[in-house]
Formats: sequence, C-alpha cells, structure tokens
Amino acid sequence: MCGTCGCGTNGVAITKPNQNLEHNHNHEHEHSHEHNHDHHHGDKMIIDLERDILSKNNIDAARNRGYFEAKNIFTLNLVSSPGSGKTSILETTLKDLKADLNFYVIEGDQQTLNDANRIDALNVPVIQVNTGKGCHLESDMIYDAVKQLKPKDNSILMIENVGNLVCPSMFDLGEQKRVVIISITEGEDKPIKYPDMFHSADICIINKMDLLPHLNFDLAKLKEYALQVNHHLQFFEVSATTGQGMDAWYNWVQTELEKNQQKNT
Amino acid sequence: MHELSIAMGIINIAEKETKKANKKCVELIELEIGSLAGVELDSLEYVWSTAVKDTVLEHAKLKIDFKQAKAKCLECETIFEMEKIFDSCSKCNSHFKDILQGKELRVKLLEVV
Repeated sequence: MCGTCGCGTNGVAITKPNQNLEHNHNHEHEHSHEHNHDHHHGDKMIIDLERDILSKNNIDAARNRGYFEAKNIFTLNLVSSPGSGKTSILETTLKDLKADLNFYVIEGDQQTLNDANRIDALNVPVIQVNTGKGCHLESDMIYDAVKQLKPKDNSILMIENVGNLVCPSMFDLGEQKRVVIISITEGEDKPIKYPDMFHSADICIINKMDLLPHLNFDLAKLKEYALQVNHHLQFFEVSATTGQGMDAWYNWVQTELEKNQQKNT
Repeated sequence: MHELSIAMGIINIAEKETKKANKKCVELIELEIGSLAGVELDSLEYVWSTAVKDTVLEHAKLKIDFKQAKAKCLECETIFEMEKIFDSCSKCNSHFKDILQGKELRVKLLEVV
C-alpha cells in the first residue's frame, strides 16, 4: 500500500536515472465503509497458524538469492545510518574496480534520484528504489529492481540500503553478505545502541578515518562494542575521500567474490 | 518505522488465511512477539488501527503474547533473562548461550467468522 495514504500500490517507485519521474499514482479515496458481515456464531473457526510475520519477505529473499546463485552474481547489502558515507565508499570502489569487475548498483532512498545520478555519472548501471515513507528496502523491491536492471552473469550487485540503522536489519534482501558502515564522526557506542544491525552484519567498514586526528574518537572502544554484539565482525578502516585503507576492503571483495563463484560452480 | 511493514505483513497473512477458510473477517488475532524481535509494541499499536482499515482485521481484537527473551548458558546451563542480545550469563558471565525465546515474530492464531 501507499505508505502515506494506505491506498493502491505500496508507494515504491523504481526509476533509472534519466527516466521520466512522473508519478501518476492517484490519491483519491473512494472506498465506502459499509459492513455487511453477519455474525453467525456457530461459524466461528480457529486457525492455528504459528506463521512468521516476515515469512513473505524471507521467501522473496530466498527467491532473489537463488537467482543470484544461478547467475553467479555476488550481492552485497550496504547498511548504515544516514551520512556515514555509503555512497562515497561505493563511488570510490566503483572508480577503482570497475575496469576489472562488472558492477551493478541498486540505490535505496526515501526520495530523490541523487544517489543513482552519482553512480550513473561513473557509467555503472544503476537503478533507484524510492521507498516513499518506507524506511528500508524489502526483498520484493529488489526483485522488481533486478528485473529492470538485468545484471549479467558473474557480476557484483551492490545494494545501498536506506540510511537507517534500525529497520533494514530485519529485512533479508537475498544478499550474500551484509556490510555495515559506521563513520568516526558518529558515537563509538552505535553498535550497542543499535545492536540488531551490527549483529546481522558480516563486516564493518569504519569510514572517515582521515578525520581521526581532529576528533575525540575512541576507535578501540568502537571495536570492543561491536565485537560484544557480534564477535565474527571483521573491520576495515577506510577513508572514501583519501582512499586510505580501501585496498583491504577491495581484497575482501575480490576474495569473497572468488569464494562465492567457487561455491556456485 | 518498520512496524507499518510488520502490520502489512500481518494483514497479508490474515487476508490470505481468511479467504482460504472461506470466511469474511477476523474476530481475534493473536500475535507472539519476543523482546528481541526488533518490534516496538507501542509503534505497532500506533499504526494498527490505520493499517487494518478496510481489511479483514478492521474489527478484530488484537492480542499480543509478549515473550521476554531467555537464554541458556552453554557453560553452566543457567537459564537467564536477557535485556539485550549480547547479554552474558548472569551467573558465570559466559557469552556462549542458546537463545530459548525472545526472537518470536509470529501470527499465532486467527479466529475467523
């Protein structure tokens, strides 16, 4: 449904850069409020369900994952709070690696094509999912976006989630790995304030490391908190602006890509 | 606020099941929500009345069975309540634990007419 008014579609717009942005979703409300259900009490029926509420998202995510495996597409879900530098990390990564690797990008934001335009400027195929009032991407949005994006076999699909450290943690998109990004201009205690996101991530990129000399930031404390929530977390200290530390992250991408391809063949 | 998505997921399940049972609407819906499920009950209740409008759940009584998270320590076998997912054993402080309950996010049952 529309996140704003509750009518019609789910309010999600999937747009390629340079595509017409006309939104012809109609906001008239005509539903009447008559109630003609009768109360035959003998007809009462109890349905014992025990059904997971997220089951639809999880089933769609499994479908996406199967598609990615069949086409040997390595998919990463990038999550963080707004402003920690997801798009900048993505831009630097694409600039440095796109000559060797085949990238596709899905951008998730509530509004605007701004992020998709930044990726489009690098000549990397990109599609923008605008979630409207929605605060996270869901697996059916990825399914629809992928149908338009048509990623080639053996490629890497980067999904930049909506900037939000809470909601995206619950929604599997079918990705192979989840990457949580935190910048050192945020508090060291983010991992214990928002444990679900750090608990569900595979690696943690610490961005804006070039600012460390100017800040009163306790890097060891951040890692300690993050490991408290998820002791498997692997850290990458980078600056997307200066390129510092990006090589270690690139090596991880390459290694995981190879591992993923071996698994799928 | 993903509670709206959660509510939409619940409605989706209820609509399908009601139709499958050849019934018209739901009189009672029972949910099971754990303290570590990532759902704020206040937020869910806040979006509920708006979300269920014009659905089979519009007049349904909503009953939430809240499950406080519990884990069993894998070292000393103490069963302890957890506030946070990374809480260690209340007796021996070990982090190795088996979460017994608290991650539930389920539609337990529907009473349809």
